[in-house]
Amino acid sequence: MATVPAEYALALAAVLFALGLTGVLVRRNMIYVLMSIEVMLNAAGLAFIAAGYRWAEPDGQVMFVFILTLAAAEVSVALAVIFRFFHRTGTLDLDKVGSLKG
Amino acid sequence: MKEFLWLIPALPFAGFLALLLAGRSMPERLSALVGTGAVGLSAIAVLLIGIDFIGSPPPGGFHAQGLWSWVELGWFRADAALRLDALSLTMAAVVTFTAFLILVYSAEFMAGDEGYSRFFAYMDLFVAFMLVLVLADNFLFLYLGWEGVGLCSFLLIGFRYKESHTGYAARKAFIMTRAGDTAFLIGIILLAASFGTLDIQTVMEVGEGAASGQQGAIAALAALSILAGALGKSAQAPLQTWLPDAMAGPTPVSALIHAATMVAAGVYLIARTHALFELAPAVMALIAALGAATLLISGLSALVQSDIKRALAYSTMGQVGFMFLALGAGYWQAAIFHFMTHAFFKALLFLSAGAVITALGGEHDMKRMGGLRKRLPLAFWSFLIGAASLSALPLVTAGYYSKDLILKGALAGSGAFLWGAGITGAFVTALYAFRMVFLVFFGKAGADAARRTGMGIAAPLVLLSALALFSGFIGVPSFLGAVAPPPDTAAQVDTTLAGVLSALVPVLGAAAAYVVFFKRRAWVEGLPEKGFVAGLHAFLRSGWGFDRLYERLFVRPYLLAARAGREDFMDAPYAGAAKAAELLSRLLAKTQSGQVRRMRWMTIGALLALRARSYDAHGRSPSSGVAAWASARLGGPSRVVLPFWRSRSILRSSFPFWTEEIAAADGSLKPILNGCPA
Repeated sequence: MATVPAEYALALAAVLFALGLTGVLVRRNMIYVLMSIEVMLNAAGLAFIAAGYRWAEPDGQVMFVFILTLAAAEVSVALAVIFRFFHRTGTLDLDKVGSLKG
Repeated sequence: MKEFLWLIPALPFAGFLALLLAGRSMPERLSALVGTGAVGLSAIAVLLIGIDFIGSPPPGGFHAQGLWSWVELGWFRADAALRLDALSLTMAAVVTFTAFLILVYSAEFMAGDEGYSRFFAYMDLFVAFMLVLVLADNFLFLYLGWEGVGLCSFLLIGFRYKESHTGYAARKAFIMTRAGDTAFLIGIILLAASFGTLDIQTVMEVGEGAASGQQGAIAALAALSILAGALGKSAQAPLQTWLPDAMAGPTPVSALIHAATMVAAGVYLIARTHALFELAPAVMALIAALGAATLLISGLSALVQSDIKRALAYSTMGQVGFMFLALGAGYWQAAIFHFMTHAFFKALLFLSAGAVITALGGEHDMKRMGGLRKRLPLAFWSFLIGAASLSALPLVTAGYYSKDLILKGALAGSGAFLWGAGITGAFVTALYAFRMVFLVFFGKAGADAARRTGMGIAAPLVLLSALALFSGFIGVPSFLGAVAPPPDTAAQVDTTLAGVLSALVPVLGAAAAYVVFFKRRAWVEGLPEKGFVAGLHAFLRSGWGFDRLYERLFVRPYLLAARAGREDFMDAPYAGAAKAAELLSRLLAKTQSGQVRRMRWMTIGALLALRARSYDAHGRSPSSGVAAWASARLGGPSRVVLPFWRSRSILRSSFPFWTEEIAAADGSLKPILNGCPA
């Protein structure tokens, strides 16, 4: 069984992370921004998996479980906020979120 | 009886306390009963103690009663002690009797006023403080009474505090008398520091023993400061301008405080400390000169006033000026005698003026009065008696006897020049006194008189009229001692001519008033409205422009200084720091735009900036530059950022645990992983 070099997995993780970051930075739709954050989290998780694989240690997978939990919690809260926001303003445009200005 | 001396000031004070604590819930009658009764009881106490005192004079001619030790600090000691002698007995008797009559009058006069019980509370407090002032045996205790009457004067001038000008008048009176009080306090401290005691009699004796040298100079200086205090309280030039404005208070207040008693406190003070003044002939001459000056200034001003109470206020200044003239000539007994007669006739004048003012529904302007002789006969007769006594019409009035004594004394003690000023003042006094009589009660009818006076107003008027006529026959109360100047200044002067003149001049003045203000009134009213005469009229009417002068001299510079001081330069560094912080905060607040678009870029940028550390070609971090500084400051490993195209380097720097170099250097990989936060 041909093994995939860990570098490849890491490179994929880096690409994913960059994509997610770009999405967070440039998208205006809140749903998309949220999805981009998920992508970044998963990229970090993939890097952990790859590292765990490289050294044959379970730590990487343990960290991924943590990341999953974190992502689930984050998504539930964020979706609730976005839902409320949409109810209130009728839009998902991130540029319209100015009311938190102090 | 004498051991009950403390009751004299304590009774009015108890009345004050009762009215203060329960006055709000008392009906008017009860308030008046408590307020008047307390002072009445005090008057009875003075009467009984006085009979006892005169019947069986105590050894040394005085009775001292120590109440308690008030202040005791090392060598400094001030007792709350009372002293009854001829002088304080006379003062206390006049104060309590006049106050009692005025309070009886007020009980009806003030009826229906919303501050009825407050009025009686203040009046009782005033009487208590005034009695402390005259009975005190100690300079500090005397000063307590001195400030207390000033406070009550302030409270009562501003009694109708809802009208703004009363507050202004009250403040003016308080501040101007404070100017004198401060000098008085300095004098007290000077006496305490140089003589080691504040007991009045001891100070007098020590002062007499040290007539020359340094202590003599200190005595003269102390006398000068006491004089300044007396000038402020007694409204003498140059601190006289508060008195006409003080007429903003209710009429009984003007009668009691600003005519009969408090304004004579300065006279009492100088009479009490006359031994000290006799050491300083220059100060004595100054007293006489200031008294004469006030007499003329106020007399001419009174001549052109149209407000009846202001005219009476100027007249009070002038009569106190007479007393100062006597004090300056060394005839303090004559001054006290005139204080007594003046208290009666001036209170009478004020009270009958008050009756006129109420009858006319609050009209103060004499030009709008007139012809009231028939309609207000009681007020007319009592005002006429008061005016006659004020002008010192010979033989029949009390004022004549005291003023005659003063004028003779001035001739003997101060010379012909001041006597001339005094006799001119007497002429002017008669002139303006009868001008008021003619303007108010004769001539064609002005405003309508409505209200009839009740017993409460009539009885005090009748009693005071009797006193204004007959109290002169007592002469100088014999127990005050013979009227004689201090022996060394006694010049043998023939006073026969002066006596004739002082009897003649008031009659002349009254006659002149009859001609000018009754027979030829049209001539006065026809005086030109412009030019020199009108200018002179305005000048005299404003009290010789003293108010304007003080405004320029003191008030405006003070306000200017206050305005300059408001921008305190010491504040500048601190205010500057605050300003800078504010500016910075405003700059930083700009970053909080609330725009998510910008905030996400800022977040990422800030993260990168914090983690950034550039590497040189060999992968080592530089030792200088911003990045190195930030790295050293912020701590923590810095792992990022190399250009994209060096992807291997990115991996190596982002995941250090990956690289073989670090693995080899550490020898173990596990600890690093375990060190990751979980």
